[in-house]
Amino acid sequence: MFDVDKWQEILSVMRRNKLRTLLTALTVAWGIFLLVLLVGFGNGLQNGIIYTFRDDAINSLWIYRGKSSLPYKGMPVGRQIQFNNEDYDRIRETIDGVEHMTSRFYLYGEFTISYKNKHSSFDVRSCHPDHLHLENTLMVSGRYLNDIDIKAKRKVAVVGTKVVAMLFGDENPLGKYINVNGIMYKVVGVFRDEGGPGEERKIYIPISTAQQAYGGGTKVHQIMMTVGDADLATSQAIGEQIRLLLAEQHNFSPNDRRAVFVRNNLESFQRWNSIIDGVALFLQIIAMLTIFAGIISISNIMLITVKERTKEIGVRKAMGATPWSIVSMVLQESIVITALSGYIGMVAGVAAVELFKNLFPAGDYFRNPYVDLEIAVIATLLMVSAGALAGLFPAIRAASIKPIEALRTD
Amino acid sequence: MLNLAKINKSYQVGRNSLQVLKNVDLQIEEGEFVSIMGSSGSGKSTLLNILGILDNFDSGSYTLDDTVIGQLNQRQAALYRNKFIGFVFQSFNLLSFKNALENVALPLYYQKMARKKRNRIAMDYLERVGLRDWAEHYPNELSGGQQQRVAIARALISQPRLVLADEPTGALDSQTSNQIMDVFADVNAGGMTVVIVTHEHDIAERTRRVVHLRDGQIDEAEPMTALN
Repeated sequence: MFDVDKWQEILSVMRRNKLRTLLTALTVAWGIFLLVLLVGFGNGLQNGIIYTFRDDAINSLWIYRGKSSLPYKGMPVGRQIQFNNEDYDRIRETIDGVEHMTSRFYLYGEFTISYKNKHSSFDVRSCHPDHLHLENTLMVSGRYLNDIDIKAKRKVAVVGTKVVAMLFGDENPLGKYINVNGIMYKVVGVFRDEGGPGEERKIYIPISTAQQAYGGGTKVHQIMMTVGDADLATSQAIGEQIRLLLAEQHNFSPNDRRAVFVRNNLESFQRWNSIIDGVALFLQIIAMLTIFAGIISISNIMLITVKERTKEIGVRKAMGATPWSIVSMVLQESIVITALSGYIGMVAGVAAVELFKNLFPAGDYFRNPYVDLEIAVIATLLMVSAGALAGLFPAIRAASIKPIEALRTD
Repeated sequence: MLNLAKINKSYQVGRNSLQVLKNVDLQIEEGEFVSIMGSSGSGKSTLLNILGILDNFDSGSYTLDDTVIGQLNQRQAALYRNKFIGFVFQSFNLLSFKNALENVALPLYYQKMARKKRNRIAMDYLERVGLRDWAEHYPNELSGGQQQRVAIARALISQPRLVLADEPTGALDSQTSNQIMDVFADVNAGGMTVVIVTHEHDIAERTRRVVHLRDGQIDEAEPMTALN
């Protein structure tokens, strides 16, 4: 394959048809450029979706209260469904497949939090210890809430890093007491959250403490759980079981879809993912078609070149060129043009993706577009096989040229 | 050295079969300098194709240097052409993007000889046709006569059994034609068998034996002339 003469011939053929070679190369380069660019953007979209879901566990079910919309057993329509601690316990006991689970008791409005002479308002959330897994909370120091906190209704708080920065400055907050609307809580842990600054301005306290301190009784506003590595169908089934359990507990019709809402994060993640996959596939098909158009145009141009070189090929055959040597000459030329221009297109594509990444800030739905080595390898293989494919018909045509062509006078 | 016996060849023209060569017998001995003459349509091109292993024949036998040239596939035919025959064409047929030296070396390329070696040999052959100083020139920088001499060097480089020239002076003026025929005469004097196909009497007269072809047959009426 690699002998000087063939390369010399290929280069001289290209040199003789500069514009033609350039235009051909451009179609292939453009195709590969688009492919790389679109794959990179597809990855960017995918990253954006993963980023959007980064804050919360993806394999989770969030159960919200609603109002009954169907009459049932003499109960009126429009009745507010109210969860309680018993619902939490029943789900824990009877539903299989639930991994981590927490309730939330809402503390409405922002609370004024004070430490020494500093005051600020933060959002306070009351929950179970498992909440850690649902929000992807990352502990920086100390500990998160635990079961003893719940059982003993301890007045303890886990605070976000932003809270620490505002109230404590450089002081170590662990073991200090903060004042939440007149009640003192001992800080036992500091966390950060991938969800960003808003999530790090939060304070978590035990749900049992909150229910007692803020007049909640056994009321619960929201129940959240993860379902381990269950697939979508399993997690949907778990959601439905819970809905039916709650229907029984709270006397609403099993068919009433507005009494309780089940948000399946896995479902929405997968829905987003399949949209992104679809978009990425669509983009890749467009790029493939462009490459295909490039192959056809290379093939076309090579056919013309072979036709123009009919006499030359005849002469070569009269000189003893075997059909295979002619085929390999044409194929090699085609592969060289495609591979070279494809490579240029690939480099340009990678450069464009990098440029885009640096020029535009990462957003919620689009961030860090990238092209990995695998795609580069695939693109390279694609180019070589595309070149071989493009050269195939011209090569067969060239091989079929008879050596008596050499004897024809122009 | 070369023996054609009862060669028949016909072409399909529409529904009719046109017999171009009819029972052609021809012997050429080693070291002969032969011209094949005939008007257009006489079958001399077809005969040339068969002699040059460029085309198959329908029946008869062709022996070249004790090798039976039968029905060959393309690859075998290419190998035999490379080994046995040096071609010289009317329109020179040098490759325009190769210089004189590389053109001469082409048959050795197809013998897969290393580049340096074949270029060294090619230089010797260019010297024999008096074009050593033109080795680096491309065909479009050479005159017609020079191009044909390059082509003759190319035909000789593979040390064939037979040099086959098709109207080698057809594109040249008479003075240059004479010079080219001098080269062929030199080559023949060196012991090489040379066969020239031509329709020009001046050219045929420079060879030692003339074979006339008429309507696909060797014309017996015309005596095989031996000239000096």
